[in-house]
Amino acid sequence: MISQFFVLSQRGDNIVFRDYRGEVAKGSAEIFFRKVKFWKEDGQEEAPPVFNVDGVNYFHVKVVGLLFVATTRVNVSPSLVLELLQRIARVIKDYLGVLSEDSLRKNFVLVYELLDEVIDFGYMQTTSTEVLKSYIFNEPIVVDAARLQPLGPAAIFMQGTKRMPGTAITKSVVANEPGGRKREEIFVDIIEKISVTFSSSGYILTSEIDGTIQMKSYLTGNPEIRLALNEDLSIGRGGELANDYRSSYGSGAVILYDCNFHESVHLDSFDMDRTLALVPPDGEFPVMNYRMTQEFKPPFHINCLIEEAGHIKAEVILKVRAEFPSNITANTVVLEMPLPKYTTRASFELEPGVTGQRTDFKGANKKLEWDLEKFVGGVEHTLRAKLTFSQELHANITKEAGPVSMTFAIPMYNVSRLQVKYLQIAKKSSSYNPYRWVRYVTQANSYN
Amino acid sequence: MAPPAQSQRSPSPSQPSGVLIMVNSKSEVSDLKLQLRQLAGSRAPGVDDSKRELFKKVISYMTIGIDVSSLFGEMVMCSATSDIVLKKMCYLYVGNYAKVNPDLALLTINFLQRDCRDEDPMIRGLALRSLCSLRVANLVEYLVGPLGSGLKDSNSYVRMVAVMGVLKLYHISASTCIDADFPSILKHLMLHDSDTQVVANCLSALQEIWSAEASTSEEASREREALISKPVIYYLLNRIKEFSEWAQCLVLELVTKYVPSDSSEIFDIMNLLEDRLQHANGAVVLATIRVFLQLTLSMTDVHQQVYERIKAPLLTLVSSGSPEQSYAVLSHLHLLVMRAPYVFSSDYKHFYCQYNEPSYVKRLKLEMLTAVANESNTYEIVTELCEYAANVDIPIARESIRAVGKIALQQYDVNAIVDRLLQFLEMEKDYVTAEALVLVKDLLRKYPQWSHDCIAVVGNISSKNVQEPKAKAALIWMLGEYSQDMQDAPYVLESLVENWDEEHSAEVRLHLLTAVMKCFFKRPPETQSALGAALAAGIADFHQDVHDRALFYYRILRYNVSVAERVVNPPKQAVSVFADTQSSEIKDRIFDEFNSLSVLYQKVTTSFSQPFVLLCVTQIIKESRLTDIHKYLQPSYMFTDKEHRGPLEFADELGNLSIGEAANNVVPTQMVEENDKDLLLTTSEKEETKGSRNNGSAYIVPYDGSSTSVFASQTQIESAVSNPTLAGHSPQASFAIDDLLGLGIPAAPAVPSPPQLKLNTKAALDPSTFQQKWRQLPVALSQEISVSPQGVAALTAPQALLRHMQSHSIHCIASGGQSPNFKFFFFAQKFEESSNYLVECVINTSSAKAQVKIKADDQNTSQDFSTLFESALSKFGTS
Repeated sequence: MISQFFVLSQRGDNIVFRDYRGEVAKGSAEIFFRKVKFWKEDGQEEAPPVFNVDGVNYFHVKVVGLLFVATTRVNVSPSLVLELLQRIARVIKDYLGVLSEDSLRKNFVLVYELLDEVIDFGYMQTTSTEVLKSYIFNEPIVVDAARLQPLGPAAIFMQGTKRMPGTAITKSVVANEPGGRKREEIFVDIIEKISVTFSSSGYILTSEIDGTIQMKSYLTGNPEIRLALNEDLSIGRGGELANDYRSSYGSGAVILYDCNFHESVHLDSFDMDRTLALVPPDGEFPVMNYRMTQEFKPPFHINCLIEEAGHIKAEVILKVRAEFPSNITANTVVLEMPLPKYTTRASFELEPGVTGQRTDFKGANKKLEWDLEKFVGGVEHTLRAKLTFSQELHANITKEAGPVSMTFAIPMYNVSRLQVKYLQIAKKSSSYNPYRWVRYVTQANSYN
Repeated sequence: MAPPAQSQRSPSPSQPSGVLIMVNSKSEVSDLKLQLRQLAGSRAPGVDDSKRELFKKVISYMTIGIDVSSLFGEMVMCSATSDIVLKKMCYLYVGNYAKVNPDLALLTINFLQRDCRDEDPMIRGLALRSLCSLRVANLVEYLVGPLGSGLKDSNSYVRMVAVMGVLKLYHISASTCIDADFPSILKHLMLHDSDTQVVANCLSALQEIWSAEASTSEEASREREALISKPVIYYLLNRIKEFSEWAQCLVLELVTKYVPSDSSEIFDIMNLLEDRLQHANGAVVLATIRVFLQLTLSMTDVHQQVYERIKAPLLTLVSSGSPEQSYAVLSHLHLLVMRAPYVFSSDYKHFYCQYNEPSYVKRLKLEMLTAVANESNTYEIVTELCEYAANVDIPIARESIRAVGKIALQQYDVNAIVDRLLQFLEMEKDYVTAEALVLVKDLLRKYPQWSHDCIAVVGNISSKNVQEPKAKAALIWMLGEYSQDMQDAPYVLESLVENWDEEHSAEVRLHLLTAVMKCFFKRPPETQSALGAALAAGIADFHQDVHDRALFYYRILRYNVSVAERVVNPPKQAVSVFADTQSSEIKDRIFDEFNSLSVLYQKVTTSFSQPFVLLCVTQIIKESRLTDIHKYLQPSYMFTDKEHRGPLEFADELGNLSIGEAANNVVPTQMVEENDKDLLLTTSEKEETKGSRNNGSAYIVPYDGSSTSVFASQTQIESAVSNPTLAGHSPQASFAIDDLLGLGIPAAPAVPSPPQLKLNTKAALDPSTFQQKWRQLPVALSQEISVSPQGVAALTAPQALLRHMQSHSIHCIASGGQSPNFKFFFFAQKFEESSNYLVECVINTSSAKAQVKIKADDQNTSQDFSTLFESALSKFGTS
């Protein structure tokens, strides 16, 4: 049960404010914002998502730079409220197509309408875009999506939210296309986030894949959909589903450590043939979240060498090799490496003739940055950086520099080899375009 | 609907910009008013569209906090329309202003009631919701009718709204709600309605109403109990998959309170809910887990299996979802890890921090890593933690180092950890060095066998590079403790003493005093001058504790160097156990409140889990803030605080909690002190000490023997003191130290005021009479008197005492003895009377005590004389 819900801009302006129970004083938004902004004097630490000021519990989630906040005086389940806030953001996005301060301001009447149906007197009613459709009458005013990229593999990476994927599809579930008729479409994204940690010797210390199958349906009439996954997929570490556990890791079986499913998914035949049957509700939702701890081949291999060159100089050689096929290209690749704090200058030397690469030495936080717009599979890139220090070197320069961290996105490639074999829509007429995007976002820490 | 209209404007009505907006908006509002009026009666085509535009404008003003309540009449007039969008906006507007304008609200009743009978169920529902949201007490009579028919409506949307309407009505006027018998209608609906959201709303409403009523009505509390009866629970559980995910949480929360009759029932429920663990909504999963954990509490084996079962879903939830959601789940995981670390010890890699995680997540993970460390994974965990030490996020880097230390103290694989810690010291980042120093100190207290390795590295650290008080104190402690192993310890200490005035932290100065003392006993010639300087500076220190300690050291040195050594430098005992942060009882209570804010705050709410009693959380927070303050307060203050607190049940628990935390802060220090036997007093004891000090006894600060083990050392001194044969020290030696240190004690001890007994200044008594009387008279009084250090010093020439006593009309008839024991016989005569007082006084210079026996002709005045004698003796050496 919550008392108030509000959305604040980054500057702390009220964009939407709804008081459901009148138990919390009206100034709560101000109190909240001041607290979040000045959580610690040094500004180093972020405020936790849940905190309490004078008996009022404040919950917040950050979505595309906006703060979605709920307040209550009751000791509720924090997951419930945080989950709800996230869901409200998603429902609003489903309706408005684009979630931004601008679109919220233009559509606040619609947003209020939604909020009235989602929560009544502090109790959650429904967050299903599907159900809400029949209660909502305002038409969304679609903000100009032109400045957003047209749909395409790259577009899905435009908005860099790490965990809320699928921001690519900026179409409202209710608004009509300019052409009039709605297009029958369904999007399935397989998004995998991998974390890999290398030791200085290049040995993999930890590796994990957090994946999600995200669906966004624009189909009318809500047909049933069957989603077939790899047949050799097994779940659990060989324990619970021993009969499916055909072979060792080497044979290429995809083994999920654990997964969970959206409530609309029927798992009746999942054990048999690894198909998920569902009637997709309108809007965006995760069909399935999964996690793999099985070893996999990391897409990039990083090699970092630091050589001393005199008393106050050193050279850093960073080599990155893409271990995926050459028909695939990674984009927005960024490597970062903290340098010793007494570094005063860094001059960079890229390979001759390369384009689309940018290097930078951030003097304030003593960081080396290397951006690569594109990274074609199978290729190796090298960066040489000459560092100048303000003081004489200590014995352990390697301790002061690094670790190298890397972020990138590789479209149309997933490391887990989890695949959607087919997507069947149980509807005879009307042509549809089942787009399948495989997005793959990785973060890697490498220690040298 | 409540845009913070008032709050936004009211704080700054006087600000020019605020006024400007007001003026502008005022004219715009009157503009709107005009336009609305024109449209109100219009039937022209397209009028609805223009109305929509206007309504939108009104509502946008409302949202940004401009008061548009003056448009109330016009808005209501315009709402006579069939356009549902318009209606909705109008309801929104009405709901916002009705409460502050009850008279205007009356205007709306009419059209809302009419809309409640509309043929469109949407409009019926919306109107009913608006009607109930007016929150105006004198309008409740208009609610009962529409609510009653709403609950019977054929459309589930209307029923759903009506159920919440009942709850709203209850909050406006409980009696109206009860009188209309709405709760029993809700109960019927809950058990029979086909729509699950109606059922869920009934459940929410009934829980709230009956919980509130339960305090006054027995029937209500029976009804509340009935909600968790078997039929209701089973009815809800069997339909659980039809409920929305939010309603599922509600049902699961209810199930938590249900007590199954036997284990087969428990297994039935768990099997039924098994697949809820795979839900993508974290709230559902956590609610399910809570049910599982609660159900199996008494079944140890199954409980264990539950841990195994929920592990994977929890870890998946942590890695899917937004960082905020992860945090909520992670907090719960944290709780479970703390409860059963061994279950998670193989999953430690999941608790590795990622560089881009917010610090509140990292902090939880660090604690979990610390908790799950065992023989098999310590090496990996510590390796990982060491990487964080170079983290750009300095607070996290610090905590990682602390975590390494904690693991080291937990016992596993100390060998590897010591190496790492020592590497930290070589990293030359000041905060890393600082944290590592503190850790090495703790480590040495537990594992003195590592001293050799550690000292070699610590010795290389320049004290100039260490600025943080805690780290500096740790370094100084080690300098003192291991001064025999560190070549230049005395010189480092000396330079620190030289900069005494620049040292702002009392903690550091206290440690410095002790360290110099320790060093002195190990390497006297090199430390002598530093010790003198330190004691002089310490005694002149403004800080009470520093002053007291310096004085104490000075006096004990004066008294007897070997005793001092035993006090300051006793053989060390390794610390075996460090205090736990939270009592297990509190952990249990938090566990009982699984899936609530208690877990995130790591604080207990209340044992009576009434989610609707609002004050509880308010209180916790007050409490929790107090707790923070308490950390820095003395324990004794906490009790006073607690007494001031109300009779609320949990006040007590939280009181305990805060004490627990404070104790946590205090205990480690206490450990050092106790262990060192070097008389570092914890705050509460200082209080006592100060108190008794003012009572004016001159030499050793008296200690309250009833106190804790910290006083072991004091007891030791006292026994040494009371046994003069132990003390083989001459007053000359003490004097020598005094000279050596170049000190004079400025402070005069307090003296009891002389009583009204006058003595004959020219008394005379011949020795034989004295002897005779001494034999005849019984001992009237026998006591021990302290002699001031100055007095003891002055006793090198006993004649001085005789002259001194004579000036107080107490005459000496015989004296003798040699250091440390002097014996005197005194006599005195009462003024203008022939009543005699005879005194035998044995002064021991090493204990600075005088054993006095008094005999008197007139027994009644012997007490007065004794006081007089004591006063005279205590003044010896000061005048």
